Amino acid sequence: MLEREDMPRQDPIERRSNFNEVALGYTHEQAINEASRCIQCKKPTCIAGCPVEINIPAFIKCIAQNNMEGAINEIKSMNALPAICGRVCPQETQCEEVCVLAKKGEPVAIGRLERYAADWELNNKGTNPDHYEPGSNKVAVVGSGPAGLTAAAELAKMGYCVTMFEALHKAGGVLVYGIPEFRLPKAIVQAEVEYVESLGVDIQLDNVIGKIETLDELLKEFDAAFLGTGAGLPVFMDIDGENLNGVYSANEFLTRVNLMKAYQFPDYDTPIKRTRRVVVVGGGNVAMDAARCALRLGAEEVSIIYRRSDEEMPARNEEIENAREEGVIFKLLCNPIKIIGDENNWVRQIELLNMELGEPDESGRCRPVPIESSEHIIDVDIVVMAIGTSPNPLIPNTTSDLATTKWGTLVADEDGMCSKKGVFSGGDVVTGAATVISAMGAGKKAAKAIDKYLKNNVSLQEVG
Amino acid sequence: MPFKILKINQLVPTIHQMIVSAPKIANKAQAGQFIILRIDETGERIPLTIADFDRDRGTITIIFQEMGKTTRQLASMTANEDLLDFVGPLGNPSSIKKVGTVVCVGGGVGVAPIFPIAREHKETGNKVISIIGSRNADLLLWEDRMQDVSDELFITTDDGTKGHHGFVTDVLKQILDSDETISLVIAIGPPIMMKTVAGVTLPYGVKTVVSLNSIMVDGTGMCGACRVSVGNKTKFACVDGPEFDAHEVDFSLLMNRLVMYSDEEKEAIEYHTHRKGCNC
Repeated sequence: MLEREDMPRQDPIERRSNFNEVALGYTHEQAINEASRCIQCKKPTCIAGCPVEINIPAFIKCIAQNNMEGAINEIKSMNALPAICGRVCPQETQCEEVCVLAKKGEPVAIGRLERYAADWELNNKGTNPDHYEPGSNKVAVVGSGPAGLTAAAELAKMGYCVTMFEALHKAGGVLVYGIPEFRLPKAIVQAEVEYVESLGVDIQLDNVIGKIETLDELLKEFDAAFLGTGAGLPVFMDIDGENLNGVYSANEFLTRVNLMKAYQFPDYDTPIKRTRRVVVVGGGNVAMDAARCALRLGAEEVSIIYRRSDEEMPARNEEIENAREEGVIFKLLCNPIKIIGDENNWVRQIELLNMELGEPDESGRCRPVPIESSEHIIDVDIVVMAIGTSPNPLIPNTTSDLATTKWGTLVADEDGMCSKKGVFSGGDVVTGAATVISAMGAGKKAAKAIDKYLKNNVSLQEVG
Repeated sequence: MPFKILKINQLVPTIHQMIVSAPKIANKAQAGQFIILRIDETGERIPLTIADFDRDRGTITIIFQEMGKTTRQLASMTANEDLLDFVGPLGNPSSIKKVGTVVCVGGGVGVAPIFPIAREHKETGNKVISIIGSRNADLLLWEDRMQDVSDELFITTDDGTKGHHGFVTDVLKQILDSDETISLVIAIGPPIMMKTVAGVTLPYGVKTVVSLNSIMVDGTGMCGACRVSVGNKTKFACVDGPEFDAHEVDFSLLMNRLVMYSDEEKEAIEYHTHRKGCNC
């Protein structure tokens, strides 16, 4: 069996001081070699591993035959954002995990091939979609992250007249404010957003729904609404010292860096503190992103503090590996109990407590148990809290009869239908913080449900 | 979609008024809310409290003082130019009910955001006593507009060039000491002024509200830059406020957090003055 093609990457020493993309993508030859590893199973298992059900063997076959146009068309018939997914999907737990080749060796690098096909299109022909004539039914999509973009694209292709509302000044949601340039270049996001626009979707930036217009008001103007507002509210630990100067939520830290381009201060006006020692609390992809941004901002010592062991770390292995290579220090099995500041309210130290693993908890992961008298203090200039996010309550708080759970997530059925008539939802706002691709899967499902709902509505009206 | 500046004029030295065309925001704006603007592609997002709104004309009025790079650049703009982003109305509206007599205290550029609040209290049928103050007579803002919406108006200047020689809190104390039954005090101004107001009203047990101008990025609850401590609980000024019970606010924390980027602020001014040779 052929060996899986490695992805060329920027050298760790070099890349830790720039924001350019780390993974450089396959060459043409590598893509064809890798695609030729696919054995074209009669009953492929990979498709079921994809939340948006791309016909994976079909597009890979096209690449193997050097038919890049065929490959990208195959992908785009199911997935509007392939250049993004090819970069940030956790393929190792989805399509690639169930690849037949993975039983004996390395799975086909499906994600890298998807990226190759998408980049080929962006580089060689630009996105040139079929034109869809918008119909008379109007759908509002709130939030322009992965769920909203996918729902909007699907609905536009079905012939709906779609308006997408975004609170920030750029479309893309977490793809622009959260995921850093070196993992997902903003030009790629912009190109895929433009593709969605080219399908006929009208994007209204700077519109905070719940403030400038309520959902109830939108529903007077639109026949249905999709809420893809994500999980944007930062969670803090509720320990002493969290309001000291120099303590950031990961959301703030990453928003300053990615959306506001604070790494280019003072050419860009938004500042960020550049200091020597940075501690990032958390073990997810967001924590890895924050730590790697801190390195690139010039920090000499960047540590990840995580209360369990590396086995339980929720971040992708690839991202943990990238962070390690770049020099991020992992202080595992320890947890902050207090942040200590000086007389001017600036962070100086953080007090940590060592942990050991106990019995598995309800999540199935071993519960971290504090080790008595293991408190110790380390010096630090910046602390970034990357321990999770929850949904923004702005819309449920200003909407009549929109049911939420005790965690603040929206109540929605399997197809994304909410408790309020004509309202559908999907992505992090329903599931709590999860992945780009699961949000896209939910956006796609909800688009189908909205179509069904509107067709039933129309036929009911015709009957009535 | 850019937002057109319809009018910009200097009210007093370093303080400017800008009227921006933003019909959707004007339609929803209420006293006490704020907007976030970004001038251009490289700009930062800054929050400014809404000083006035006109639903018929579809305009929002903001008043700002030249402080850092962004406000200086804003001051150099002219009518018919565009702001790239203008987002709002953000934050909760001021809670305005018929309560009796209300004292509105505005200090410095804080007179501007207190104006629509005073106006609405007046329209609601409350007796409005206003105290507005500045460093000197030349810097006093909107005396005429405040006169229009107040039953009584007091003026103070730090140097005595107009009205009472001293601080807004001196007059506030006199009012509280007189027989008047005051139901509510609302104060907007520099943090130190709001802190002093809170200290003055506390012994009288008069409900006191302040509007907190913390550093913000998104203004929708997403980043937490605007964290303030109110009643020993962390709140986000952007979505939980901007108005809070003055007696519960940790003003020292507010003031400490407001200077978080003062070094960078200086650096930006230096950079743009010397490197680019412009005055913004």
